[in-house]
Amino acid sequence: MAMLPVVTGKLALAGLRLLGRSGNALPGLVVERLFPRYLARTLAALPHGVVVVSGTNGKTTTTKMVAEILRQRFRVLTNDTGSNFVRGTIGAAVSSSTWTGRLDADVAVFELDEAHAVRFVERYRPERVLLLNVMRDQLDRFGEIDHTARLLQRVASAATVAVGLNRDDARIAAIASAIDAQPVWYQVAEELRHLFPTDEELYGGGSRAARASDGAAAELVAWDAEGTTIRIGETQQTFPLRASGAHNAQNATAAAAIASTFDLSPDDIFQGLRAVEPAFGRGQSFEIDGRDVSLHLVKNPAGFRQSLAAARVEDPARICIVINDDDADGRDVSWLWDVDFTGLADGVPVSTAGVRAADMAVRLRYDGVEAAAVDAALAPAVDRALTATRPGERLLIFSTYTAMWGLHRHLVARAKEVRA
Amino acid sequence: MRPLRIVHLYPHEMNIYGDTGNVVVLRRRLEWRDLPVEIVPVGVGDDLPGDVDLILGGGGQDAAQGEIGEDFQRRGPELRAAAADGVVMLAICGAYQLLGHEFNTSAGTRIPGVGVLDVVTNGSGTRLIGNHAVDSEWGRLVGYENHSGLTTLGGEATPLARTVPGRGNDGKDGTEGCVQGNVFGTYLHGPVLAKSPRFADELLRRALTRRGDSGDLAPLDDALALQAAEVAAKRPR
Repeated sequence: MAMLPVVTGKLALAGLRLLGRSGNALPGLVVERLFPRYLARTLAALPHGVVVVSGTNGKTTTTKMVAEILRQRFRVLTNDTGSNFVRGTIGAAVSSSTWTGRLDADVAVFELDEAHAVRFVERYRPERVLLLNVMRDQLDRFGEIDHTARLLQRVASAATVAVGLNRDDARIAAIASAIDAQPVWYQVAEELRHLFPTDEELYGGGSRAARASDGAAAELVAWDAEGTTIRIGETQQTFPLRASGAHNAQNATAAAAIASTFDLSPDDIFQGLRAVEPAFGRGQSFEIDGRDVSLHLVKNPAGFRQSLAAARVEDPARICIVINDDDADGRDVSWLWDVDFTGLADGVPVSTAGVRAADMAVRLRYDGVEAAAVDAALAPAVDRALTATRPGERLLIFSTYTAMWGLHRHLVARAKEVRA
Repeated sequence: MRPLRIVHLYPHEMNIYGDTGNVVVLRRRLEWRDLPVEIVPVGVGDDLPGDVDLILGGGGQDAAQGEIGEDFQRRGPELRAAAADGVVMLAICGAYQLLGHEFNTSAGTRIPGVGVLDVVTNGSGTRLIGNHAVDSEWGRLVGYENHSGLTTLGGEATPLARTVPGRGNDGKDGTEGCVQGNVFGTYLHGPVLAKSPRFADELLRRALTRRGDSGDLAPLDDALALQAAEVAAKRPR
């Protein structure tokens, strides 16, 4: 019976609410400790099993996309609070269950961080795994990127039905030879490949490896002002994707590929993708006193470069970069030196904030960008940038993970309108 | 004036988190003083250019160290000659280990170094990871260490900096990095020169005077870098 663990978890959740806090991580941790078999037993009862989404960049948004697609036909359980450790999946299951322990879901879609994905598959063999990319990230935790790739390979080997694989990332593509489940490929069109450099290419190395071009379940055919064009099998559609940036068009293609292994038509899949809103802090925008403010999460060099590239298209009036260095951000801020900021040198005013505001300002200075204000305190820094932005203009905020929660609250409190 | 020629060794293979930033820092600090500079990337199979003033090498993944191993060996005589000739070198982490006599991995493999530095590195089961601030002759050096190899200095090499026990070269003896003539090795990523401006200028001063130029460097405004160093030094590991 799942009643006791669920009741325990729900009581922990209720206790947290009384303390004015939210989140699934702590109740998940309590249940994980007290009832180690709860997760496997609960998930085994799902008729359509579990999809695990992992990789360095794009997990949260892609998980949201897969869940939205599957919602066209199924009841979906997902850890959409961004809590991507095992305890987050348990917390999600607990809060979606009735007090008697019944879970009304057909399928689960879980975002899991690379190390926790390994811990997850040790307890529950997922039917499907979707792998996005391997970039250098949190090397203070993972040591090196090849180690991260080996973690993902272990996760993929656990899948029983299908593994979605990115054909444009050599480390991900190589995992195909190590799996028993069916490989399901997704890729971008040849002429778009320059938009998605692999880790090697980002660091100036490696010519682009040749890759097979046929047999992909989903392909990103085009991405431009007209919209995002994705081909699923023989069916192709162009549609506006609300989550901006080329990387999100690639994430949508990944989601489409793994979704195609369910009993869903391409139309179901496109329908789901059209409905997806951007995830928390991934390009969400706010209207504050007539100014358009958007918030972008940055946490590693590849992601920061993608966000800068996407932002430049939108022609910002002012930029504020917020860098913290707590555990969830990565303790090592060396990675800021692997982002190229020289493109900002053309006069867009930039300010920095967060614990490592000075580090960020030093980095900018060496790329020829003088940061106007350097401030450890987040809200005053953002308010100053807001005041300096004229009505009708855009303020872009790039922020690491731990700073984002406070910033998000602050922006919501000040916003007249929160746009998806 | 001939541009100061800086060789960036293995920019593609040995470039863990920000080591390339040391190249950016040195280049800009010269440019800000209107001193001409030229960066020459040298990869596997490339020849070292003539008239090198400064050589920078970064850290790499274990696999990358394997890829460059043979090429690095081949360069041994040239690198030893350059060091003997007073060419300034800064080697971070992996490059530091390979400039030594040997690296004995915890798996039992002996990776020969080129013997420019009188140091030996032995692999260990634990990784030394974290923010790191150490005191050197050129002020406080601030960076981030991430290594499993433990390095012991021989008689020819002197420690670059003093630390508290439990970090740095071997995790025990309270030293970090080494200096031997004009060759410097350190475990500090970060990149180390970004938050250690006096050390950056020391490298430039040595390279400039070696080739007969004045080592008088116009002062720069390093207030931000020193502020960043102060914050980093206070961050727990």
